[in-house]
Amino acid sequence: MRLELRGITKRFGTFTANDGIDMVVEPGEIHAILGENGAGKSTLMNTLYGLYEPDAGQIVIDGEPVVFSGPGDAMRAGIGMVHQHFMLVPVFTVAENVVLGQEPVGKGLIDLRRARQIVRETSEMLGFAIDPDAKIEDLPVGVQQRVEIVKALSRNAKLLILDEPTAVLTPQETDELIEIMRRLAAAGTSILFITHKLREIRAVSDSITIIRLGKVVGSATPSATESELASLMVGRSVSLGVAKEPAQPREDVLEVRNLVVRDTHGVPVVNDVSFTVASGEILAVAGVQGNGQTELTEAILGIQKPASGSVVLRGESLEGKGVRERLDSGLAYVPEDRSTDGVVGEFSIVENLVLDRIGAAPVSRGGALDMRFLRRNADELVKEFDVRTTSVDRAVGTLSGGNQQKVVLARELSRPLSLLVASQPTRGVDVGSIEFLHDRIVSERDKGAAVVIVSTELDEVLALGDRIAVMCGGELVGIVPGGESRDVLGLMMTGIGPEEARQRAAEHHTLLGEADLEAEAEAGAVLDAPAADAVDAPATESSTTRSATTTSAGEENR
Amino acid sequence: MSTPKEPLGPTPAQDPLEPVEPQSAADDEIGTTATGQPARTPGFGETYLREVLSSSWLLTLLAIVLAVLLGGVLIIATDPAVQEAAGYLFARPSSFFTAAWEAASQAYLALFQGAIYDSQAATFTRAIRPITETLTIATPLILAGLSVGLAFRAGLFNIGGQGQVILGAVLATWIGFGLDLPPVVHLVLALIGGAVGGAFWAAIAGVLKARTGAHEVIVTIMLNNVAAYLVLWVVTTQIFAGGTSGTSKPVGENARLPALLPEPFRLHLGFVLALVLAAVVWWLMERSTLGFKLRAVGSNARAARTAGISVGAMTVLAMAIAGGLAGLAGASQVLGTEGYLTASVAGTIGFDAITVALLGRSKPLGTVLAGLLFGALAAGGRLMQTRTGTPLDLVLVLQSFIVLFIAAPPLVRTIWRLPKPGARREKPSPTSTTPVTAGADA
Repeated sequence: MRLELRGITKRFGTFTANDGIDMVVEPGEIHAILGENGAGKSTLMNTLYGLYEPDAGQIVIDGEPVVFSGPGDAMRAGIGMVHQHFMLVPVFTVAENVVLGQEPVGKGLIDLRRARQIVRETSEMLGFAIDPDAKIEDLPVGVQQRVEIVKALSRNAKLLILDEPTAVLTPQETDELIEIMRRLAAAGTSILFITHKLREIRAVSDSITIIRLGKVVGSATPSATESELASLMVGRSVSLGVAKEPAQPREDVLEVRNLVVRDTHGVPVVNDVSFTVASGEILAVAGVQGNGQTELTEAILGIQKPASGSVVLRGESLEGKGVRERLDSGLAYVPEDRSTDGVVGEFSIVENLVLDRIGAAPVSRGGALDMRFLRRNADELVKEFDVRTTSVDRAVGTLSGGNQQKVVLARELSRPLSLLVASQPTRGVDVGSIEFLHDRIVSERDKGAAVVIVSTELDEVLALGDRIAVMCGGELVGIVPGGESRDVLGLMMTGIGPEEARQRAAEHHTLLGEADLEAEAEAGAVLDAPAADAVDAPATESSTTRSATTTSAGEENR
Repeated sequence: MSTPKEPLGPTPAQDPLEPVEPQSAADDEIGTTATGQPARTPGFGETYLREVLSSSWLLTLLAIVLAVLLGGVLIIATDPAVQEAAGYLFARPSSFFTAAWEAASQAYLALFQGAIYDSQAATFTRAIRPITETLTIATPLILAGLSVGLAFRAGLFNIGGQGQVILGAVLATWIGFGLDLPPVVHLVLALIGGAVGGAFWAAIAGVLKARTGAHEVIVTIMLNNVAAYLVLWVVTTQIFAGGTSGTSKPVGENARLPALLPEPFRLHLGFVLALVLAAVVWWLMERSTLGFKLRAVGSNARAARTAGISVGAMTVLAMAIAGGLAGLAGASQVLGTEGYLTASVAGTIGFDAITVALLGRSKPLGTVLAGLLFGALAAGGRLMQTRTGTPLDLVLVLQSFIVLFIAAPPLVRTIWRLPKPGARREKPSPTSTTPVTAGADA
């Protein structure tokens, strides 16, 4: 299918989300749309998928202008979409999900045999196998994503929209996805690939359209360098790496000893995890989402009760201490999901910025809030953290996700802290601000805080971690030095120990791993400023000896 | 409106530009944490009520206007004179319309006169009596309305106003006749007794919710029944039973809320107390640490917990404070208006209070205004019935219409052709320090 967008404009009230977007996707092309959060990518895709009606402009398919009044129309016209949040019914089987909405019917009943056949045929065409009778909830995310792709293709999609498809995948899984995308493209299916990750884009796409502030600001080919793409996307030059000095770890601040957390069914979700984090260093915890990282951080905060083991802060066991006491003893905590755990959406920015400091001076005196302090605090932090808002009195729920995240980080970093535990600290934040937030986290480290960063984004793990712990299935697979290769980490995320992962990684580079190597080479050549790897290198050396001991400790636990 | 059809993806309340957040953890979806505590995700009812309560004041006003118009239609339809005129509608349409206008305008005039100022009354005293009646009736409605509103802002549906009013009344009465104390001291003690009675009754629901997760709606409704039968029994006991059957001994003079005006006015200090408490509740919710915590728990319990606020403690406290306010409503009835306890002391105060809080958007000022409106409707309805023969029930119908329209904001919006909320999106203007990327994260 040849898709052409002509001057697509979409306004929400006075706000123009898409402003005269023109672009062409050729048949069999993998076309990437690159843009920051809030640049208008999702709006454009929702317009294309018939969820929004454009205020101006035309969608032209194979030379014919079309008008969609709903996703049904878009599907009939051959457009399929794999949403970032999968639209699958967890308790249904693969086959049931795939045919949902257009069930093959025989004798008044759903023809499940035919449904299974559809699943088998489509997945074979794509070069993988899925059990049509497996329940969605039992499948790993990577496979669920394939079910979504099968679902779209079984509806004869000739153009497939993939919205941030790699957000939940390991590098190895990403490789497999890229393989599927290439097969599809070779068979003539056009693919629109939406992302804000520069490295993937260069690895997979044929052509790139960059969107900023609702407008097309340029197009590029995969041969463009990452920094070229980044500056187009952000509108100014950004440094992609974190400029940080090697860690100078001092005394241990946090010690987690043989920690076990069980879920409601008694299944261990954190299984015998031990590690230490010292003042002045960042431990990055990598892993696919849902492998115990959340429970680990919640056990440190005290909202999860460990079944056994202990958390020790500055030599003092935290057992029996409530959240309040832990926060008061210098713990700063950035939850993984800001909207449910980090902010109160209906509260103003002013109020959210003191949410976990309430009840003590200077926020409140004698049971009353010090409104003047609250306001001054908000004015200062909004400015310092560049929270984009018309007023500090605006409800936080009306801010964009990135700005909400800044509010959470501003709050947590605005008080003296000895331990920072941050999950997905920059999720949803624009590239320009990620740089700033990473710098802030590093400066907390340099001021002597112990820092634990939990992130599913390997880019972030690599940028921040002085040491990297990898979790899989609730267990600590191992702790490796900060400069470890993406391939090794990716394999460890599937539960393979560090030694074996290194061997295997040496045998086979993933596309992203190769892209890393290329980027390093580029960074050395193009950028004057030292890039991530150049800075990371000494850090790696200094922590090698440390990690040798911790790695073996990690393995002992298993 | 730029989107004529409902987008399937982002809900209208959601920022249209907000990219869908990548939250893919399985544990997120299940919605329970591993310790087995159910994650408090607001259900449909809760989010719906929240929307209802957060819609604009204008909408409230328009809902009242609509209710009055619709009430007018009912008055006209049921008026005998109009029915007669309708018989020769085509012969003499003018007399039909005259009759219709007469019926509606007279009824509403009587309603107004019965509620605010009776211009037809013989004496000045009788002319201004209606407004004092309105204030008297409004007093317990305001107090109990504050109770429901406060609990709601702490995330709790306090349906138990009725039971809390009764318990407050019982305890206040008991202290009122059972003790013999000097003035002021006796009254203060009786009022405290009323508050404690209500607080105790509500705290039962609070503790059960915090400890076992029992839903406060069910518990408070059941406690209402317990209280209703409890008071039936209490007034017959040796300790309480007074001269007339079904009433208690009268409250001692020193424990009575003093009248604000001489006889025959019934208005008493309880009304001032209600206004003062409205101000106190405002301060508590908006300016105090405790109110901040209560609102945080009410609005997002998970975030509150993560921020070190004890959700259980706040639940119990919110219920206790709410119960105390409702208990004071009961105390104000026995110590002020009535002077003794009857089984029907609570009337329908506890239930009307829910409506009052709903109409008042759970805010103290709104609750006061809504309480006054309901007081006025109740007071005016009586005169309307005697003067124009329009049944008192019309007042209930009016109240119901108001609530109905308030519960259906889209309906009112459609009738008055108002824009949808969120259609006009505030564009974040850059307060940024980096001019180049201004608005990039819009």
